[in-house]
Amino acid sequence: MSTAALAPRARSPLRIVVWAVPIAALLALLPSVVDPYGAILLAYGLVMAIAALGFNLLLGYTGLLSFGHSAYFGLGAYAVAFMVKYLHVQSMELFILGTIAASLLVTFLFGYVCVRYTRIFFSILTLALSQVLWSLAFKFFWVTGGTDGLRVPTPKLLGLVEPENADKIHFLAHAYYYYVLGVFVLCVALMWLIVHSPFGKALQAIRDNETRARFVGIRIRSYRFVAFVVSGIFTGIAGALWVPLNGLTTPDILYWPFSGELVFMTVLGGFHNFTGPIVGAVAFNYLKTYAVGFTVYWQALLGIVLVVLVMVLPSGIVGTAQLLYAVARRRVGR
Amino acid sequence: MDILVIHLYNALLYASVLFLIAGGLSLIYGVMRIVNLAHGNLFALGAFMTASAVGQWFAGSESNWLYLLLPTGAVLAAVLGAVLEPTLLRRFYRRPEEYQLLVTFGLLMILEDVMRFFWGPYPISATVLFEKMGSAKVGEWIYPRYNLLVIGIGFLAAIFLWAFIYRTRFGVVLRATSQDMRRASALGINVNLVYVEAFTIGCFMAGLGGAIIVPSQSAVLGMGVDALVLSFIVVVIGGLGSLEGALVGALIVGIVREIGISVFPEIELAVLYLIAAAVLLVRPAGLFGRAA
Repeated sequence: MSTAALAPRARSPLRIVVWAVPIAALLALLPSVVDPYGAILLAYGLVMAIAALGFNLLLGYTGLLSFGHSAYFGLGAYAVAFMVKYLHVQSMELFILGTIAASLLVTFLFGYVCVRYTRIFFSILTLALSQVLWSLAFKFFWVTGGTDGLRVPTPKLLGLVEPENADKIHFLAHAYYYYVLGVFVLCVALMWLIVHSPFGKALQAIRDNETRARFVGIRIRSYRFVAFVVSGIFTGIAGALWVPLNGLTTPDILYWPFSGELVFMTVLGGFHNFTGPIVGAVAFNYLKTYAVGFTVYWQALLGIVLVVLVMVLPSGIVGTAQLLYAVARRRVGR
Repeated sequence: MDILVIHLYNALLYASVLFLIAGGLSLIYGVMRIVNLAHGNLFALGAFMTASAVGQWFAGSESNWLYLLLPTGAVLAAVLGAVLEPTLLRRFYRRPEEYQLLVTFGLLMILEDVMRFFWGPYPISATVLFEKMGSAKVGEWIYPRYNLLVIGIGFLAAIFLWAFIYRTRFGVVLRATSQDMRRASALGINVNLVYVEAFTIGCFMAGLGGAIIVPSQSAVLGMGVDALVLSFIVVVIGGLGSLEGALVGALIVGIVREIGISVFPEIELAVLYLIAAAVLLVRPAGLFGRAA
């Protein structure tokens, strides 16, 4: 694990506000500027950003590479689909609450097994366990719809019912976009608090030097376990937000190559940064969309991007940008 | 009673192919400490190569010489391995695991589309090899002779590999490099050469697995990704980096799967994963693994 510091300089809250407020305002203005397709595409990106943010609590802050985060994303998606199919729930808030409960249950179970291991064994174990969920979704087709998946209709947001004849595209590009944006901002704020809390510092200490962290008195396994659970819940919430956008959930999002995509986007943005996974997820979403539209061999295209990225820009978009910014500042002589 | 023999054959058939894939994965990890996520795609590549050689280039032929085309898939996989190791993977041995996994994941995506490019999106079969051999009688049941051949090849591969690693000079060099790369290097062993050779053998095994299974199934896109997850179960049960472990793991998975298909088909895969998780809880490094 690299020991590069995640936050080299202590940042005052003011500086963050100076950065965050214009970006949030820009994101809020977007649906009235771009076409509905652009807004929906960005909504997908923001959903993935929440998932990657959760994922990075393990990779970037705790030093554990999970190759099984598709499990929690898919869990969120299927939790919503089950609530629609069997409990006839329509409210998005209930969906999210239900997803949190389901994620808690599964991450407790999986986390209990997985956090006993680190490094490559942790990766393989998380991958293997995530495929348990995939095989269940795949085989119990009378419950899960098998490869056909389950359809999820337009949910009720904040208890408001959409008119019967409302245009679904319009709904997704406006009301739902703002909903996703709201949850996104909440998640980012919450994650910021988590990683800058004493708990977050303890995780980073474990990542940088396990032995010393234990010596200082940090209970390593319980901290890793809590990080695992929190990470899974964030990714689960992303899954829940993703379903209404997609309208359908299939076993594909539980299959392990999707976990690989989550790792891909996080590294694309740079996992030594707080903002890296966010930038990476949004960028990856655009990259994949355009690659799929550009060629049938989009997978190879993404694969080449990944290989080149890992060889040339291991610190990702944000890490490289910071580096260039630092170099430029030094040139100017402050 | 005879039905039990048939079930046993099926379990061994499955175990043979799994051993070839997982054994290669484990060998590569044992020597180079890298988990190759694209390993399953080398298995698929072997399957596609043999299927197209038998089923497309020599389509319609009924000659017995066709069996000589069987190893083409294994050879192609080995050649690809010999090219990939020094050009791409070698620079990642010293990097953290996340980069190793990512670069091999990228390789997986590329290989998947390379196969789509060369062989198209439709399944390819080489059933002529399967049909030509006919069936053997097992009591009052019949069993395809080709499957017995696959079991035999798997068995032979295991013996050859054992003899190669424990009874030859190269095997000593390989084990020395696996145990302590620096010291082996200091003793005058050309470590880079050992790396290429080990990787090539691992890829050859995966390709051979694909080549021998393709006449009884067919080559389809995505088969590599499926195979990789199953071979992960094998190496987790047996211990990553151990060939004995891969053999025992493959046998366990083969038997459990054969029982699963007839007794609990819905949760057959889930049971396999749960066995793997249970083994890890009891013996963290797998049944035959070294402590991490």
